[in-house]
Amino acid sequence: MSLTHYLVLAAILFAIGATTVLLRRNAIIVFMGVELMLNSTNLLLVTFSRIHGNLSGQVLAFFVMVVAAAEVVVGLAIIVSIFRTRRSASVDDVNLLKS
Amino acid sequence: MHTLISLTAPGVLPAVDDVVAPVGWDGAQAAVWLVALPLLSAAVLLLLGRRADRWGHWLGVLASGGAFVVGLLLLVGLLGLSPGQRVHDVHLGTWLDAGALSIDAGLRVDPLSVTFVLLVTFVGTLIHVYSVAYMEHDAARRRFFAYLNLFVAAMLLLVLADSYVLLFVGWEGVGLASYLLIGFWNHHTPYAVAAKKAFVANRVGDVGLLVAMGLLFAAFGSLDFATVARGIPEASEGTLTAIGLALLLAACGKSAQFPLQSWLGDAMAGPTPVSALIHAATMVTAGVYLIIRSGELFAAAPTAQLVVAVVGAVTLLFGAIVGCAKDDIKKALAASTMSQIGYMVLAAGLGPIGYAFAIFHLVTHGFFKAGMFLGAGSVMHGMDDQVDMRRFGGLGRYMKITYFTFMAGWLAILGIPPFAGFFSKDKIIEAAFVPVDGQPWRAWVFGTVALVGAGITAFYMSRLFFMTFEGQKRWSTTRDGAEQHPHESPALMVWPMVVLAVGSVGLGWVLTGVGFVEWLEPSVGHAEHHEPVLAVPVLIALTLIAVALGLVLAWRRYAVSAVPVAPPVGTVLTRAARADLHQDAVNDALLVAPGQYLTRSLVYGDKAVVDGAVTGLGRTTVGIGDLVRRTQNGFARSYAAVMVVGVVVLAFVVLAVRG
Amino acid sequence: MSPLITVLPVTALPAAAGALTDEGLTSTAEAVLFWTLGPLMVLAALALLFARKAVHAALAVVFIMISLAFLYVAQGAEFLGVVQVVVYTGAVMMLFLFVLMLVGVDRSDSLVETIRGQRAIGVLAGLGLGVVLAGVVGRAAYGPATGLAEANTPSNPEAVAHLIFGEHVLAMEIVGALLVTAALGALVLTHRLRLTTKVGQREQAERRLRGGGHPVSLPAPGVYARHNAMDVPALLPDGTPLETSVPRVLRVRGQEADAREYAARIDRVLAGGWASGAGTFTSDEDYRGELGGPVDGTVTVRDADGPVADGPAADPAAPQTHDEEDAR
Repeated sequence: MSLTHYLVLAAILFAIGATTVLLRRNAIIVFMGVELMLNSTNLLLVTFSRIHGNLSGQVLAFFVMVVAAAEVVVGLAIIVSIFRTRRSASVDDVNLLKS
Repeated sequence: MHTLISLTAPGVLPAVDDVVAPVGWDGAQAAVWLVALPLLSAAVLLLLGRRADRWGHWLGVLASGGAFVVGLLLLVGLLGLSPGQRVHDVHLGTWLDAGALSIDAGLRVDPLSVTFVLLVTFVGTLIHVYSVAYMEHDAARRRFFAYLNLFVAAMLLLVLADSYVLLFVGWEGVGLASYLLIGFWNHHTPYAVAAKKAFVANRVGDVGLLVAMGLLFAAFGSLDFATVARGIPEASEGTLTAIGLALLLAACGKSAQFPLQSWLGDAMAGPTPVSALIHAATMVTAGVYLIIRSGELFAAAPTAQLVVAVVGAVTLLFGAIVGCAKDDIKKALAASTMSQIGYMVLAAGLGPIGYAFAIFHLVTHGFFKAGMFLGAGSVMHGMDDQVDMRRFGGLGRYMKITYFTFMAGWLAILGIPPFAGFFSKDKIIEAAFVPVDGQPWRAWVFGTVALVGAGITAFYMSRLFFMTFEGQKRWSTTRDGAEQHPHESPALMVWPMVVLAVGSVGLGWVLTGVGFVEWLEPSVGHAEHHEPVLAVPVLIALTLIAVALGLVLAWRRYAVSAVPVAPPVGTVLTRAARADLHQDAVNDALLVAPGQYLTRSLVYGDKAVVDGAVTGLGRTTVGIGDLVRRTQNGFARSYAAVMVVGVVVLAFVVLAVRG
Repeated sequence: MSPLITVLPVTALPAAAGALTDEGLTSTAEAVLFWTLGPLMVLAALALLFARKAVHAALAVVFIMISLAFLYVAQGAEFLGVVQVVVYTGAVMMLFLFVLMLVGVDRSDSLVETIRGQRAIGVLAGLGLGVVLAGVVGRAAYGPATGLAEANTPSNPEAVAHLIFGEHVLAMEIVGALLVTAALGALVLTHRLRLTTKVGQREQAERRLRGGGHPVSLPAPGVYARHNAMDVPALLPDGTPLETSVPRVLRVRGQEADAREYAARIDRVLAGGWASGAGTFTSDEDYRGELGGPVDGTVTVRDADGPVADGPAADPAAPQTHDEEDAR
């Protein structure tokens, strides 16, 4: 089995994560879709690092993880704060910019 | 007995170089004052405004009178010169210098222009005096006098101009003054409409003058009378005919000849002094002046001259027929004016033999027609501005002076010897009967028309006179219930009428006695005397019989029998005559309706196409914006979808390109 | 799944993990692992997409992440695998679950799409993206894979540490600052300004008294009853149950217990015996209940050694409240 399979798997997971972002209304599930996308990217990076024998891919994946953690913190804080004011966790309800 | 005349006989007219005096009399420079005095007075009266209300009218009278005095001085000066030296061109300066076209402004002082000057200023001053009293109760009297002076200035410029261009300036000026004066009481909408109608009809004629000027410039390279006259022998007959017809169109517009005569009846909406001055004596004669000034040109284009005679003859009859059915005294007099000017135009179309008689008739007509208009104004003044003759009757007993002055004018227009009209009109009838080379029908047709016209003139003028001054009283009460009290007019109105009546009586044999026709020769050329197809005494007798017939007929119908107050239905011809022989309807159908249609379609085109394009562009933009706006639905997921789709499309494209 | 399980075999086999053949293909074991976990991960991702309840989706993601950790370790990225479990699954997903609890754990999303055409576009876009990415990635030519055997000397964590603190130290510092900022950001975002004055204990008590409310705490349930479960009401001295001792929720739900069943057996006490009959019998007859004597809540006074003067005769066959109920 060549390492390309990992890459394809990562691509499929990425696509499913993107679809989740597009199709789900619950903000937390959307966020989880984003996390899925980040994770699939990590898998991709790790696989490439293995292909090229260079650990930079793993280092990058590590940084991605850290940044993703920070992002989750802030993102969930935002969701909580929106939920407090609007009692709704649906992304469709924050549509005040509609023209 | 029949002596044929060739219209293009050389030597009939004096050569130009002999006539224009290169040196000599400096007095001609005074002619500038003729135009300047009334013009300055008009400017002063208009600019000072209400401050000049108390004395403005006297300034107007003075300006007109001053112009008359200058005219007299010019006459005396000219009389002091020999006939060969009586044509002077006063050079005032360069006006337009545009490469090929160089126009100088100058005045021509010669017997023809001085005759007109005297007529305009004399009759004009009398009418100014009359207006002081006639317009006494009008708050805008000062403005009236300003406009009258403006008219006098423009008319004098017209007759004194030495080039077609300066003549055109005067031409437009009198058109403007006519518009301002007809619509003087423009708060009353029909009067304003009448003024517009007059101006528009004049405008149509002005197009003719502009075309003529263009053709003149193309053919002769210059527009002043001297150069044109020098160039006529070399020009082609086709060009000259075209110029002649264009000038005829201009004359028709200004002189209310067929087919541009519809405005003259409506122009009676102006105050009566205006009708007397402008639409009887002076402005309407400007067309005749133009034709006679261009006499050499017409003499060299026989076809155009024939058309002129035809137009004159048609208008003569037209005016006469219309005049028979009009119940408005002023409109009847207007129809009469139209008809008499038809006589003048007919005379001008007969060639050099007719030019002098046309001017003769013009001068006498100026006196008796102005006199009759002033008389009509006096009657209106006494009858509380009533104009319907069916409500007059028997006024001779109450307005004695008006009665006698009007009678003088009436007898003059009929052509009863020894009144003025006899001398002038009969000469025209004689000239009409003079046979022409190769066209024997001309003498008979024009002569018969002139004769019949004289008869009809007698009829309708007598009708007018008898309905107003003779017969039984048919007055109505005034509007607020008081009975009408016809009374004689104040002195300032009466004296001008008296003076004009004296002119109507005596001017004829005075002018014949002093040799008016020879006096005019330096300007209009010498015409050989030719015998008409019928002997002169026979013609005179026939004319008098026709006149007597008309008079007696009118006497029986309007003086002896009772005149119905309500106009009876009448025959088809009567009804048509009341409607100006349907000229207005024809004008509407031929010109107004297509013009309005054109305007409407242009407006529609402008709205639909131009505005449509502009607004359409705006609306399209807004519409597109509306459509595009819907993508901004505020949902983050739609935006995310757009992003993802964009990424997919881009990736596809990149893959496809890179293979 | 304790992280220790993954760590132990990894440190024991530093070189074996992720070994590649000469052509750059993986070992069969790894292939088996991949083909087991791969489809399951895809299924779990689909579960994230289609789950009705948010908690199910969260659990699906947890599964994916742990599977990913397996794959990382299999690929020779042991450090990353551990970090994945500890940080990502252990911290980030738990954060998710906390927030889910806050928002409402039973809340189930309706799967009806409100934006027109969004579903179609979403599916198409997702499919398209998947196809494009898989195509790109799958058709890329790499040459034989090198493997991490050389790079992972002496061990993966050490090698990674060399890189992080050597080549990428600046990025690491910045990321550290980022984390601090994120924490601060979370604090700021969720800070609630107190808009009304804080009601302290004294104020609360005063309010209660003024309003005529209950000044002291409510009575505990089950007092003087024979059980003190939350649904058993306390009894007043005369045996009537006290409503306010049972929490209002249970009362509203109708889950309050019947007081009479759990009423204390004070008749015996009042009769001079013991409240609870268990282990305090005076005689065998007493044990067998042959002594007779009034039961069923009737209060009688009985002499110490004399038959009962008044009261109805005890019916041995009559139902008695006895200790068997305790066993129930």
